[in-house]
Amino acid sequence: MYNFTYHRPRTLAEVAQLLSANEDAKLLAGGQTFIPTLKQRLAQPSDLVDLSGIAELKGIREEGGGLTIGATTTHAEVAGSELVRRLLPALADLAESIGDPQVRNLGTLGGSISNNDPAADYPAGLVGLGATVRTSKREIGAEDFFTGMFETALEEDEIVTAVHFPKPEKAAYAKFPNPASRYAIVGVFVARTGGGVRVAVTGAAPCVFRATELENALAADFSPAALDGVSVPADGLNEDIHASAEYRAHLVKVMAKRAVAAAG
Amino acid sequence: MPTVTMTVNGKQVSGEVEPRTLLVEFLREGLGLTGTHVGCDTSQCGCCVVHVDGRSVKACTMLAVQAEGAEVTTIEGLAADGSLHPLQQAFHENHGLQCGFCTPGMIMSSLELLQRNPDPSEAEVREWLEGNLCRCTGYHNIVKSVLAAAAAMRGAARAAE
Amino acid sequence: MVEKGIGAAVPRKEDHRFITGRGRYTDDINLPGQTHAVFVRSPHAHARIRSIAKEGALAVPGVIAVFTGADAQADGLGGLICGWMVKSKDGSDMKAAPHPVLAVDRVRYVGDPVAVVIAETLQQARDGAEALEIDYEELPAVAAVDAAHDGPLVHDEVPNNLIYDWELGDAAAVDEAFARAARVVTQEHIQNRLVPNALEPRAAIGVYDTGTEEFTLYLTSQNPHVHRLVMSAFVAVAPEHKLRVVAPDVGGGFGSKIFIYNEECVVTWASRKIGGRPVKWREERSEAFLCDAHGRDHVTKAELALDEDGNFLALRVTTKANLGAYMSTFSSAVPTYLYATLLAGQYKTPAIHANVKAYYTNTTPVDAYRGAGRPEASFLLETLIDKAARELGMDPAELRRKNFIPKDAFPYQTPVALTYDTGDYEATLDRALELADYEGFPARKAEAAKRGKLRGIGLSCYIEACGIAPSQVAISLGAGVGLWESARIRCTHTGKVQVLTGAHSHGQGHETTFSQLVAERLGVPYEDVEVIHGDTASTPIGMGTYGSRSLAVGGEAIMKACDKIIAKGAKIAAHLLEASEADIEFEAGVYRVKGTDKQKTIQEVIFTAYVPASYPEGVEPGMDESAFFDPPNFTYPAGTYVCEVEVDPDTGTVAIEKFVAVDDFGRVINPMVVEGQVHGGLAQGIGQALLEGAVYDETGQLLTGSYMDYCMPRADDLPSFEVHTSPGTPTATNSMGVKGCGEAGAIGAPAAVINALTDAIGQRVEMPATPERIWRAVRASAMPQAAE
Repeated sequence: MYNFTYHRPRTLAEVAQLLSANEDAKLLAGGQTFIPTLKQRLAQPSDLVDLSGIAELKGIREEGGGLTIGATTTHAEVAGSELVRRLLPALADLAESIGDPQVRNLGTLGGSISNNDPAADYPAGLVGLGATVRTSKREIGAEDFFTGMFETALEEDEIVTAVHFPKPEKAAYAKFPNPASRYAIVGVFVARTGGGVRVAVTGAAPCVFRATELENALAADFSPAALDGVSVPADGLNEDIHASAEYRAHLVKVMAKRAVAAAG
Repeated sequence: MPTVTMTVNGKQVSGEVEPRTLLVEFLREGLGLTGTHVGCDTSQCGCCVVHVDGRSVKACTMLAVQAEGAEVTTIEGLAADGSLHPLQQAFHENHGLQCGFCTPGMIMSSLELLQRNPDPSEAEVREWLEGNLCRCTGYHNIVKSVLAAAAAMRGAARAAE
Repeated sequence: MVEKGIGAAVPRKEDHRFITGRGRYTDDINLPGQTHAVFVRSPHAHARIRSIAKEGALAVPGVIAVFTGADAQADGLGGLICGWMVKSKDGSDMKAAPHPVLAVDRVRYVGDPVAVVIAETLQQARDGAEALEIDYEELPAVAAVDAAHDGPLVHDEVPNNLIYDWELGDAAAVDEAFARAARVVTQEHIQNRLVPNALEPRAAIGVYDTGTEEFTLYLTSQNPHVHRLVMSAFVAVAPEHKLRVVAPDVGGGFGSKIFIYNEECVVTWASRKIGGRPVKWREERSEAFLCDAHGRDHVTKAELALDEDGNFLALRVTTKANLGAYMSTFSSAVPTYLYATLLAGQYKTPAIHANVKAYYTNTTPVDAYRGAGRPEASFLLETLIDKAARELGMDPAELRRKNFIPKDAFPYQTPVALTYDTGDYEATLDRALELADYEGFPARKAEAAKRGKLRGIGLSCYIEACGIAPSQVAISLGAGVGLWESARIRCTHTGKVQVLTGAHSHGQGHETTFSQLVAERLGVPYEDVEVIHGDTASTPIGMGTYGSRSLAVGGEAIMKACDKIIAKGAKIAAHLLEASEADIEFEAGVYRVKGTDKQKTIQEVIFTAYVPASYPEGVEPGMDESAFFDPPNFTYPAGTYVCEVEVDPDTGTVAIEKFVAVDDFGRVINPMVVEGQVHGGLAQGIGQALLEGAVYDETGQLLTGSYMDYCMPRADDLPSFEVHTSPGTPTATNSMGVKGCGEAGAIGAPAAVINALTDAIGQRVEMPATPERIWRAVRASAMPQAAE
């Protein structure tokens, strides 16, 4: 790890000031991806701005029938929240499936989505639920937020403060983990909402995407059987030593069926 | 260099550290608490699991400065007044360790499981230990040890009522 | 019978320090004035080193020194060796190319160490390593063993990269049997390359004492004396009597810590070069993936000839073995004497021939990993026999039974050099089938099918040769060392017993098991016995721990030393009891004049040996005896494993529903420890079958270089195991009747898992049988379950 200056500000204003004063400053949330990156000397920030001291970034609350979750809320807090369990159990299940217990104890929602790892779970949850990302500057719809592999719509000095999740009629997440890393080889979040059926896929492509073929089939009939005749194209899907594009395409459909079945 | 102050195994400690110092490095090199081990560099093996403010974390994936003001418990702090914790006792009685390298992390991780769920099933124990690798035991006797410790702790809790 | 003696499931005495965080592993040791070493490694699989510029690294604050291969050569440091000479079938020696401790001119695999940077702190050493400028000219590389013969040369002096072309067995007899066979069953398969992954990364601290001119090396080693020998005799780091090697608590080995590696030689040498300050190195896990010797990596064709009744007539095997970029310490022996000699398995196949070609490639060196050669042999036989059973329409258990060496045929000379001493293969098979409810399997399969799952059951009847090894046999086959073991029993005034052993415990529980042995033999309390190992300064010269030898060879040396203690004590007791030595009997710690109640305890006798107030003439004072044991034969543990799996045809995931192991280890000293050894071996064997595989790309880059991509078995990948260690047939090779248990699980499990999987989906898939491979096989299979 290269050396850096460490800051633990108390307010968002201080964060903004630190980011503008230090061009190579980086934000530190749970650190469960970022610290390993630093250890491998793959990043060389001049300053690390630790967000854990900012009270307004924490917490889970009900808002407009849905949920608003602060950016530094950990995966364990989401998975263990009675409120999440009651309003949006699929999201609690998704959080429970991230990493391992120790990673969940430190890893955060804001950190995960800001990093936008193509195999991360939360992006599927946000896109599947049509969530809104709230930042220090604005609100961004989930589909506009995730722009590419490890890329988001965030500007240099912009930070995620919270995510608002509307409550769906039904939802579930089904994940096929990489046997080694336990990241998603394919993760499918399915939701039936007032605005229609949404199927968001992570792990399979460079960035989370909506599987429109599956959505169309489910819009007519929200049941696993509705997907039987549908096939997911393998074009553009990831291909690596763990899974071919063809296998991933197949798994997208299988996981979608399982998610629909679980959503009930 | 910043100074970091925390409570480790009930004792307040402080030391000057580079900001890049990992918590595990501070514990091992700064405090000489070498029971917390480092077995990988990708945050997966779990040999370094300690408790920070009551939650199990990987001490290789946390900076020492992030633990400022925290209560940290390591394997060395688990046996109260010289008597083994039921988990330690169970690992011994059920041959839950061989080379011993993963053992501190296994025990510290299992400790949080039993705090959250005093009566886990075998499958729940196996799932919980996702973040802890062992190459010696095939996990068979580790799982047995955790279940035995859970039973012993439930028994002790009932007796105390 | 002594309390906590032989046969008792005593919880381990070594546990306390580990469960309280007080173990002392090499990385836990910090010496005054210590410096830190970081090795700069080749990022290329094959390249010429054009130049190394040290200036940038030396300018980094805190950097003390930078050493390269040229520095080591200039200082007279030799290279690493392979200690087992294997000759090709034409009589020529194996082609062992030079293996410098730091690369000179050429690098031959990703991770090949090129230089070491030594600094005040680890971070500074890393900074220095990053600042070291090395100019490489990349060369074409070869990674796959199948491509080695016609690939770019790894060592210019080794044509076709062929290290040896070796054979064993009677080729003519095999050809003759194939010519008259009613049926020939053929299989080609891959033995996947594995990364050992002991959880403790390797570490070394070298210290040179400028006053005494002695070197001390703290090291993660399974065999500190072997390290000392090779480092002095071949690498010339220090004369053997001036080098002390200490292997303290070691966090698992599985073979990977047998070998003499570059780094430990370099840090020991470097300590002298920098004036005697200790030099500490601990590998990162990502380094371990690149530089700890890997295991397996064969490509094999196997053919089995049978008569019309299913009797095995002959076996023909051709194997290509990948030994990586350099020959590691025992690499040559693994695909030859530890492999082809086991190809008879549990069967009376009359004719066997094996041809093994070993190749260099631009990959990490390959050497012994848990099982070492024997898993490869067992997998070959047990999957091939299953294939034969399917082709013949026979029950796999019955085909095996038909061909077993019968229990009254021992000692049994196989056609591949070994003489099995004892065994009862039908007994272990029958017990395993019963415990697995083999009869009830069809009902379980049908029930699974109703749930849309494919269920399969598979057998593996493995054998291994353990207790390595009879020295004369090993040396006649090319071993450069004897493979005896040593022990010393040192009694104290107060009747306590110190056991000094040349074996090394890194998880096996020797401190407990050896204490049980001594308590039983000497009749002293278990708690009064202390086992000391791992330090060349305090223990007798030993050959270390590998090949399931510690108890069968090292334990017997302890027994022999105990017998010397008992014999000497009898002279003292006779004197004290005023009886003739011939009238003294010893039992359970007491010397007694036969037929009387006159007696002395062993503790009284030991005290007299140190305080010889009244003492027999001609007997030396003291009670301190040493012994060496060189076994007359290998031991042959064997058993039957039964695995039952369920496959999800939609995803290709496989769950192990049941795993039964019945092992014949002969006599068992501590059943709890033995079962633990089996559990661990099974996990590694199941890991090989389903999860683990090192993958290189065509340029020689390791794609599975961390736990993100190399799949280690986790708790939720595995079932609880049913492990049984009886009925056993004790060996006569040692007085205890023990055979060894450390490797069995890793040897027998892969075939059991793969056979179960094949039974479930109708065709064999290569290891590791990943979900995608299984899914593809299910899709391609004509089985009705997979029709949709």
